[in-house]
Amino acid sequence: MKPAVRPEVKPESKPEASRPQAKPAVKPSDVIEREKVEVVQKEEKPVAEKITIGELHLSGCTGCLVTLADNYEGLFKLLDNYADLVYALTLVDVRHVPEMDVCLVEGSCCLNDKISVEELKQARAKSKVLVAYGGCAAYGNITRFCRGGQWNQPGQEAFVPISEVVDVDLYLPSCPPCPQAVRNVAVMAYLLLKGNDEQKKLATAYLTPLMQLAQRGNEACGCDLMYDVINQGLCMGCGTCAGTCPVRAITMEYGRPNVNRDLCIKCGACYAQCPRSWFNFDVMNNYEGIMDAIKGAMQ
Amino acid sequence: MDVLGNYKSVIAARSTDKDILKKAQDGGIITTLFAYALEEGIIDGAIVAGPGNEPWKPEPMVVSTKAELLAAAGTRYTISPNMSLIKEATRSYGLDRVGIVGTPCQIQATRKAQLYPIGMRDVDDKIALALGIFCMENLSYQALEAIVEDHCNQKMESVRKMDIGKGKFTVYTERGAVSQMPLKLIHKYVQPGCNVCLDYVANLADISSGSVGSPDGWSTVFVRSTKGNAVWDGAMKAGYFETKPMDQVKPGLDIVKKLATEKITKNQKNVDARKTAGLKADGTPKGLRNPYVSP
Ligand SMILES: Cc1cc2nc3c(=O)[nH]c(=O)nc-3n(C[C@H](O)[C@H](O)[C@H](O)COP(=O)(O)OP(=O)(O)OC[C@H]3O[C@@H](n4cnc5c(N)ncnc54)[C@H](O)[C@@H]3O)c2cc1C
Ligand code: SF4
Ligand code: SF4
Ligand code: SF4
Repeated sequence: MKPAVRPEVKPESKPEASRPQAKPAVKPSDVIEREKVEVVQKEEKPVAEKITIGELHLSGCTGCLVTLADNYEGLFKLLDNYADLVYALTLVDVRHVPEMDVCLVEGSCCLNDKISVEELKQARAKSKVLVAYGGCAAYGNITRFCRGGQWNQPGQEAFVPISEVVDVDLYLPSCPPCPQAVRNVAVMAYLLLKGNDEQKKLATAYLTPLMQLAQRGNEACGCDLMYDVINQGLCMGCGTCAGTCPVRAITMEYGRPNVNRDLCIKCGACYAQCPRSWFNFDVMNNYEGIMDAIKGAMQ
Repeated sequence: MDVLGNYKSVIAARSTDKDILKKAQDGGIITTLFAYALEEGIIDGAIVAGPGNEPWKPEPMVVSTKAELLAAAGTRYTISPNMSLIKEATRSYGLDRVGIVGTPCQIQATRKAQLYPIGMRDVDDKIALALGIFCMENLSYQALEAIVEDHCNQKMESVRKMDIGKGKFTVYTERGAVSQMPLKLIHKYVQPGCNVCLDYVANLADISSGSVGSPDGWSTVFVRSTKGNAVWDGAMKAGYFETKPMDQVKPGLDIVKKLATEKITKNQKNVDARKTAGLKADGTPKGLRNPYVSP
């Protein structure tokens, strides 16, 4: 973890006020302000107030993109009612990065590949909310282990989390990310950009920790459980981290996680899922209403 | 939110099943509710604190029969990381409707896993019944050993039941001995993570239960969510519980509220103290991480 990007705990307890200052970034309030730009309308669709979403594919395995599709009928529902997919490998026939409300970036960025760097910068410039979608974009994930010399691009060895190149608004870690997580974020992004005041407030509260995660840094490892939970005196042994790890690198030994660091792929899921990384009561206390609302939105 | 959380009703209750009452910690609420939910197909399995390979060391376990539920009944005053099986229950065990019992913090983890399912693929709508048990604090296994063996002077393997109540930690052995120590001596053994815990009665559970507030052998039950309400109503109609109104039992709801307020006030102070725990070069305070503010 780089000391420079460590968030500092501020005395004020409002989520807004606690946003770390280390890197310049889009504040949630800015996102709301910038919303007024344009309403994308598609003549053939009766629903006018949709948001536009795209997926930029960098150095990832396409698992993140497939995850989006793993919402099955939920994806169609999202596309029918809430979002137009304006850019995505194989799914949308658009070559150049278009303007969009939300851009999901999959994969880390290969600095040796000029097109990747250029497209990433375009995506930043042309989107209101840039999401590091999945472990590779957020933390490098398995591409952190790349040392070059691989077939068929032996010259490519410099892979960085996208936040080394552009400012990132929101993190959605794990490898692959979870279909229900990206669904929830899509619904909340819709509410943030198109909802009424109350919905905007809810969406802001919901998205805030994922935005804070984007400010926290771009290195992840099972070690985060040691450094930022156990060493901080915050672990209570719930076992969530062990339950969430996609490669089963974590076992619980006498009530504490034990990470097999040779297995860890640095996806960031364990720390983000841990209830002691963040727990926002304003959202969680309302869990029943929010889950019903998301379910209702998807029906 | 109130210190007791949102709830639709609160009631004193006891299982009508004699086998369960023999094994259960208090009124057998948790085991009976799971037995009912299994019977009715509301859940096809439950994650409980099963027997482990050391005496009084629980091991999270997915169970699907009443016999297995009975083997896991009763409180172990040490960590059982039940959430470690939440995804596994839907995968290797193939459950579509999962029950889980947990301390308030584990129920918080359950709700976070549903609202922010970062690495919890296809889990959120498979959690069918989340039952909470009240919790003031928890202990590492080594701490529990120290309490039972050093302070109470009993062998772990000879213990029949452990209980916390009336300001004492009590150990009952198989051969009928009873050893006690004052609860306040236990505080130094409490795991650090409990000192920032802001929930006493599992506010986010579908149904939560504990002994506090009700007479010996009975439990205080909060019915909280819509889902929990339906399950509780069904179990009541089917005759799984006998009940008494909360205002007709001693010591009653006031003591629950008092303890919840004490716990949350004390721990909120601990959380606040973290903000100024250290010192910066410019003389201003340096804070430790606060999970209720940011990751
Ligand atoms: C650490 C701890 C502290 C507690 N503190 C209080 C308190 O301050 N006040 C109060 O009123 N009640 C407290 N309880 C709850 C109480 O001891 C009983 O568990 C509760 O009343 C349920 O009793 P029952 O007869 O309904 O459940 P039972 O039918 O006996 O079933 C209990 C269920 O809990 C599960 N379980 C047992 N130990 C654990 C564990 N360590 N972690 C997760 N699950 C477990 C079992 O597998 C079983 O399924 C505490 C429990 C624990 C584990
Ligand atoms: S998920 Fe639970 S067990 Fe794992 S580090 Fe966090 S608090 Fe501890
Ligand atoms: S321990 Fe597992 S969940 Fe955590 S970062 Fe490593 S691979 Fe991801
Ligand atoms: S006191 Fe809180 S953190 Fe500790 S075990 Fe109980 S519910 Fe969990």
